Amino acid sequence: METAIHIDNLSVYYGETAAIKNICLDVKQGEFLGIIGPNGGGKSTLLKAILGLIPITTGNIQIYEKTIGKNRTAVGYVPQFATMDRRFPISVMEVVLTGRLKQGLSLFMKYSNEDKDIANEQLKRVGIDHLAKRQISELSGGEFQRLLIARALTVHPKLLLLDEPTASVDMNSREQIYHLLRELNKEITIVLVTHDLLAISSEVKKLACLNGKLVYHGEPLLNEHIVNELYGCPVDLIAHGVPHRVLKEHEEGIAK
Amino acid sequence: MISAIFEYQFMQNAFIASILASIVCGIIGVIVVEKKLVMMSGGIAHTAYGGVGLGYLLGFEPIIGAFLFSVSAALGIGAIKRRGGVQSDVIIGLFWSLGMALGIVFIALMPGYPPDLNSYLFGNILSVTKADLYLMIILSFLVVFIVIALFNDWKAYLFDEEFASIIGIKTVFLEYLLLVLVAMTVVVLIRVAGIILVLALLTAPSAMASIFSKRLKSRMIFAVIFGVIFCISGLWISYKLNIASGACIVILSVVCYFFTYAIRIVHIKMKRKNIASKQIVGEEESEV
Repeated sequence: METAIHIDNLSVYYGETAAIKNICLDVKQGEFLGIIGPNGGGKSTLLKAILGLIPITTGNIQIYEKTIGKNRTAVGYVPQFATMDRRFPISVMEVVLTGRLKQGLSLFMKYSNEDKDIANEQLKRVGIDHLAKRQISELSGGEFQRLLIARALTVHPKLLLLDEPTASVDMNSREQIYHLLRELNKEITIVLVTHDLLAISSEVKKLACLNGKLVYHGEPLLNEHIVNELYGCPVDLIAHGVPHRVLKEHEEGIAK
Repeated sequence: MISAIFEYQFMQNAFIASILASIVCGIIGVIVVEKKLVMMSGGIAHTAYGGVGLGYLLGFEPIIGAFLFSVSAALGIGAIKRRGGVQSDVIIGLFWSLGMALGIVFIALMPGYPPDLNSYLFGNILSVTKADLYLMIILSFLVVFIVIALFNDWKAYLFDEEFASIIGIKTVFLEYLLLVLVAMTVVVLIRVAGIILVLALLTAPSAMASIFSKRLKSRMIFAVIFGVIFCISGLWISYKLNIASGACIVILSVVCYFFTYAIRIVHIKMKRKNIASKQIVGEEESEV
């Protein structure tokens, strides 16, 4: 099977502190990987390193056997929507179309009808095509998140990276987003960074647990019994060391 | 004033200068406000003072000096910010005062009587020369051309820089280019509003436009229109009352902005009250 992401001995330092250290991780084509870990555990750093947004200190990352710079169109990225400026004067359609921009800079560029068709198609796919003319300030959290997914899909990626896609959206939208991701996963490899334990338990096919180092990587070991128990449990966030341990003991060194 | 425009060359220059200034400050102002670069623009503008001083000292056109200094300030601030490690407002503050200080030193080193720098500090649209005007025309054309030519790239960059860079748009280049555009805009505006008052012209028309429109393009058009109104009527007031044009234009813009803002607040409150009273009436009716 094709390898979507190959990470070899990756370390990223901010100044003198290591955000992530010696990570080795392979993601196969068609996989649905959930990356969990405590705040400051390096989840977002790992995602940003994969995307080539931050310089890596040691190691290397390959996306379909090329560096990210040479394989940009293979990757779709869905950022955390809490960090975005939702008052920016731009319409839903315009946001989705930005995914169709060419690399580099293009003078007097106009979106072609094909671009518009693709944008429409992706909006339909995530179920918000009726909102195409709205301004983004008029969208709900869930709608905005789906808009960001649609934008990432217009690149026609083979690999979709999502950063906390369900943070601060309501239960209903969360269900819809996971349903959508499940559908997308039939064609696209998905890597998801999240705090959301429910997502991890019910959707992902593989799990990576990150706390500076890769503590665990493998099958999600949450069985049905634990998942059921979780619904009545106030803990919605896994961190290493919380008493509600829902994963088996983390052992170092069994990564891969 | 209209007959004066036909009669006097300086009035014609002033008129053309205010139109040019309105166009660039409308377009770049919207970008500056959306990208939260207002203080950055202030820093770039004030650094220009050093260039004005150098121009006087070495005997070349001070506005050229202002242009060189503000472009270098834009690139310098951009480069240090990109390297990281220093807060950008710290660098902006340093460039801001360094530029002013250099200006003062250069003027002090100048032999003879010091020139009157008020027109650079506070703007005097009535003293715009032909040379100023040519420079303003070239810079305005460049600014408008660059913004329109790359409009879709700009939109993507302004909305989500990270995503734009992931899909391969040259965001680093755009960042520097934007700062240079701001520097050019500042130079165009210096003759109209002056180094110290530039910020009002960059922010007031675009902030007002943001009340009237939710689309980027129409916001820019609105901002240009507001800019033209402010500049021309400010020019007229300054001509009638014989006060510095920069001050008139700025006071007019700021007063207009706050006036619109207040009307909007009242309007929203009235709307809310209406809805609330309708609901109360509805509840009473249902009780009956």
